[in-house]
Amino acid sequence: MQWASWTAFFNMGGYAFYVWFSFGLTVLCMAWEVLALRKRSAAALRLSRLLAQD
Amino acid sequence: MNINWFKYSSPQTFYPLAGRMIPWFAWLAAAFAIVGLYISFAIAPTDFQQGEAYRIIFVHVPAAWMSMVIYIVMAGWAALGLALNARLSAMMAQALAPTGAIFTLIALVTGSLWGKPMWGTWWVWDARLTSELILLFLYLGFIALQSSIDDTRRADRAGALLALVGVVNVPIIYFSVKWWNTLHQGSTISMGAAPKMVTTMLIGMLLMALAFWMYTIAVALMRVRCIMLERERSSEWVKQLSGGNS
Repeated sequence: MQWASWTAFFNMGGYAFYVWFSFGLTVLCMAWEVLALRKRSAAALRLSRLLAQD
Repeated sequence: MNINWFKYSSPQTFYPLAGRMIPWFAWLAAAFAIVGLYISFAIAPTDFQQGEAYRIIFVHVPAAWMSMVIYIVMAGWAALGLALNARLSAMMAQALAPTGAIFTLIALVTGSLWGKPMWGTWWVWDARLTSELILLFLYLGFIALQSSIDDTRRADRAGALLALVGVVNVPIIYFSVKWWNTLHQGSTISMGAAPKMVTTMLIGMLLMALAFWMYTIAVALMRVRCIMLERERSSEWVKQLSGGNS
């Protein structure tokens, strides 16, 4: 383990903003992409189901 | 082995196959990410020059790699679609573009967040940063061009041409740190030379890169399934699919 305490871990040797912003942005982008695709896929399925009933 | 690959090149056979592949790649991505993050934060030592700020490398480098790899794969699919007039190839190219754009954006922003504490500036107009920014514009241009043309065949062709012309930019990004003077540090890993970093750092970075690879495949398959449904809405296989319970 590299860290004396959780506080030290979150502090990232004074670079907390830069490090956590980087990782946070990456996580947010990925989460957003997956959610957007789920919505898109649900919408596409709904529409093709409607068309199939006609 | 006698596998009929052409069987899988039609959307109606690829659609369920892709659906079965997605969970595998998603779980692999999660597993690599968990181990990769653990090594990145708990095991990899502090850098003697850059302190803890260097840990940005664990998202920055894999994202930058993916931004280039995805572009090459996308251009490859686009070329195949252009040459063989294959619908699925063009759809694959279209499915990769947004993910490539997202990784390019992540590489640019995390690079900026790394540059500020280390170089004292968010941005410089040097070759590496500028060519990566051009990559972002190529992705966005590809997406915009495709969505601006209603006829999908023409949209695919136009997009493929743009993607192919833009390939020139990828080696420029990759070699820019060698060819020109720059603030950006040189390659930490290069073919034919020992990596200039501690083994645990290297392993963490490679695991994160693998996680991003698996994530990209899972997400691209999700998107290509959406594209198939949207494009082939009026075809018989989508109607059967929608009529049934799957």
